[in-house]
Amino acid sequence: MSEARELTLEEREASIGGIGTARKRKEDARFIRGQGNYVDDIKLPGMLHGDFVRSAHAHALIKSISTEAALEVPGVLAVVTAKDLEPLGLHWMPTLAGDKAAVLADKKVHFQNQEIAFVVATDRYAAMDGVQKVEVEYEALPPLIDPTTALDDDAPIIRDDVASNDEVGQGPRHHPNHIFEWNVGDKEATDAAFAAAEITIREKIAYPRCHPSPLETCGCVASMDATNGKLTVYGTFQAPHVVRTVVSLITSLAESNIRIVSPDIGGGFGNKVGAYPGYICAAAASIVTGHPVKWIESRIDNLSTTAFARDYHMVGELAADKDGKILAVRAEVLADHGAFNTHAQPMKWPAGLFNILTGSYDIPVGHVSVNGVYTNKAPGGVAYRCSFRVTEAAYLIERLVDVLAQQTEVDKAEIRLRNFVQPAQFPYKSCLGWEYDSGDYPTALKKVMAAVDYAGLRKEQAAKRAAGELMGIGVSTFTEIVGAGPVRNCDIVGLGMFDSCEIRVHPTGSVIARLGTKSQGQGHETTFAQIIATELGIPSDNIVIEEGDTDTAPYGLGTYGSRSTPVAGAAAARAARKIREKAKQIAAHVLEVSEQDLEWEVDRFKVAGSDVSMTMKAIAMAAYSNVPEGLEHGLETAAYYDPPNFTYPFGAYICVVDIDRFTGDVKVRRFYALDDCGTRINPMVIDGQIHGGLAEAFAIAMGQEIIYDETGNILGASLMDYFLPSAVETPTWETDFTVTPCPHHPIGAKGIGESPNVGGVPAFSNAIIDAFAHHGVRHMSMPHTQSKVWQTLNELGLNK
Amino acid sequence: MSSQKISLTINGEAVEAEVEARTLLIHFLREQRNLTGPHIGCETSHCGACTVDLNGKSVKSCTIFAVQADGGELLTVEGLANGAELHPLQEGFYESHGLQCGYCTPGMLTRAYRLLQENPDPSDDEIRIGISGNLCRCTGYQNIVKAVRYAADKINQAEGAD
Ligand code: FES
Ligand code: FES
Repeated sequence: MSEARELTLEEREASIGGIGTARKRKEDARFIRGQGNYVDDIKLPGMLHGDFVRSAHAHALIKSISTEAALEVPGVLAVVTAKDLEPLGLHWMPTLAGDKAAVLADKKVHFQNQEIAFVVATDRYAAMDGVQKVEVEYEALPPLIDPTTALDDDAPIIRDDVASNDEVGQGPRHHPNHIFEWNVGDKEATDAAFAAAEITIREKIAYPRCHPSPLETCGCVASMDATNGKLTVYGTFQAPHVVRTVVSLITSLAESNIRIVSPDIGGGFGNKVGAYPGYICAAAASIVTGHPVKWIESRIDNLSTTAFARDYHMVGELAADKDGKILAVRAEVLADHGAFNTHAQPMKWPAGLFNILTGSYDIPVGHVSVNGVYTNKAPGGVAYRCSFRVTEAAYLIERLVDVLAQQTEVDKAEIRLRNFVQPAQFPYKSCLGWEYDSGDYPTALKKVMAAVDYAGLRKEQAAKRAAGELMGIGVSTFTEIVGAGPVRNCDIVGLGMFDSCEIRVHPTGSVIARLGTKSQGQGHETTFAQIIATELGIPSDNIVIEEGDTDTAPYGLGTYGSRSTPVAGAAAARAARKIREKAKQIAAHVLEVSEQDLEWEVDRFKVAGSDVSMTMKAIAMAAYSNVPEGLEHGLETAAYYDPPNFTYPFGAYICVVDIDRFTGDVKVRRFYALDDCGTRINPMVIDGQIHGGLAEAFAIAMGQEIIYDETGNILGASLMDYFLPSAVETPTWETDFTVTPCPHHPIGAKGIGESPNVGGVPAFSNAIIDAFAHHGVRHMSMPHTQSKVWQTLNELGLNK
Repeated sequence: MSSQKISLTINGEAVEAEVEARTLLIHFLREQRNLTGPHIGCETSHCGACTVDLNGKSVKSCTIFAVQADGGELLTVEGLANGAELHPLQEGFYESHGLQCGYCTPGMLTRAYRLLQENPDPSDDEIRIGISGNLCRCTGYQNIVKAVRYAADKINQAEGAD
């Protein structure tokens, strides 16, 4: 028999599969076999199906709802209207933004496809039959669709229910259609800087309404167990614990009698943060019928009612000297929030973290003003794969810097290098109130410029221009603010935005860890295990990660705004460190040395200067059998992490496009993305996140828009019209990185999921507009569809 | 509602069932057969999440009625692996990080399965065109292309060795 050889330090390190390893994903095993468990896969005994009767009008009074014919339909058991929900106090629900939203339209509809009645039937076909038989009589009202007219004196009043209120949850307001005004920065100093500046630029830049449209729509199965009064809701929830608290607050069921379970989620991108009428109606229907009730949205419902993103109408200005050094930034924003203010963001931030508008640039002074208004459009503004309103801010500043470059005739990369916050300036306090944690912007941009031969590209472009061809080079050097957030300035319904991790080490040295977040494809089962593996010296393959069941997971605020790694990932590291502390006490006891004599080495505590050691695996067994006096048995703990600051991931992207001047067809020739997300936990997963985020950025920049006509009729709420690019349109991506660890995060990580969306959109836009820059074009509105690009070509006479 | 008897083969197994004339194939599979691998992303033939293989063709199962599959031979993602042994495509998706949320994956795998029979050695562009009826919101497609390539190479090597 051969002796087992002692593993070397490197081999032991590698066997852990911890931070920095391109570990294959644990969750894949079930998905590739078709064994995922998504909400629509859940089938409970006696389960019923619900479907909505929706408004044909954008703005109308409801004169009557007649349900008799629907109730005659075979299989239809109930038709629920606002009148039925009213006695339960469930016909309206409070929103995360301090407003309220109709669950079922109460006397009035406020947007097309608004929920009017919930038909409950034995199967989904019968429910649909019932929906068709419900008759609603309307009295049409003039719709308000264009947000720029919302505050006119004669504008139709959208929300009669709050028309006379001085405020609707977010400070004083001055018009029945006004929601809030939010100001940040030093207005006087900014105005003075603009008045004195040699150069000022001003550009109207809209970020159109779009939709996250994950491949799986929203849905739930609500099940009230009458025998013990416990309500279980399985659903597509990015933040299951918050849902539990909100459900408790609005139903007055004890929180302990509510169990929220997020099964596998088929993508979220912000769409699954909000609380939607379907959830409430399914729960109410289950309480009333005593049967489990399933509600699954159709794609049309999804695109037209649950959540939208952006719809920011911005005017941005920069003041600068003639060399392009920025002296001040100013922005005025009109935010279209739709019919109810159901924006999902920390409550103190009505415009999210839009004051990250300074981007990567050292700008001495600035001022931002955002006004939110109601319109007859769907409510539910969410951050579509970005931290709250960060993508709008990044888009505006990255566009403005390009416009300034054109005005001052400074190269678009050079102007960025001239204005970057320098590495030595960190921690950097921005004029709009943030403290950037760390960064090295010049290194990132220079690395990308070298990789793509930026100078060569500009030369080629000049030659092409001389030949009448259109080639564009888009530069985007963005900084994000993610990881909400410090409890002192971030809360949702009063709940601090900490996050949590609970770890249990079993006697034989394997682990289960549960977190307050919820993966929707990000791979938490893989990556969180890697963090714990490195901290505990236990192979990640022996660590099971669970999320999404409020009966078992510790309280957390969920997954969105790139907060999982910055907040829950930090909690995981903290919890693991607490366990390691206890393990050290146990090791000292068993080895009969003092704790000071022990040092940590990969997977064990070693007595300094000797060969004596005790592995974590052995310590785990001792934790259940041989602990020092006064120490409790077991090896488990929980950590709740309140981050001291946000994290500030950044990147430098360059996009090269060629445009056919006759057809307006845009070809993305090259997209080079360098991201700095601090410490890299799993390079394979990071690259995947970047590819996916860039594909979404491409979709937004090139085609995604939720359009309404002037009557409030939504044009194109199916995948026939709403652009989800296929593999054919989607470009290929080149990725790169630098590593500037986050100084305040236990493992130095900053979060990656959203950077590519935030940084990618301006890179595409800037590239396309750059192709036209020599014709004096400074801005073109998104999305850059072929027909819109062709219109520009036509206006300039370039297609002749 | 009028219902009808159908018989077909699903993943190699002979199946007889009673279906309503209007039942879509996807609902028959998911709700009557408990084959929840194929998913629903749109019900309008755009996303491909519901893709299955019927009589040697990729079919969006939200687009046809169950009765149209009568007498047919049907394969879903659940039938791809050979017991514990993964199909090279499944292995490729795992190895190449060709999935994230996993929602498009069963449809992608079933489509790629047929693609590799139509064209056993596709170029990257041919793969992209071949899977263009299947949308993915998470991966940006690059790793899916890699995954299909991985499977093609593995199958071709195994065949070369025979
Ligand atoms: S569900 Fe069949 S194509 Fe989308
Ligand atoms: S992996 Fe999520 S849609 Fe493809």
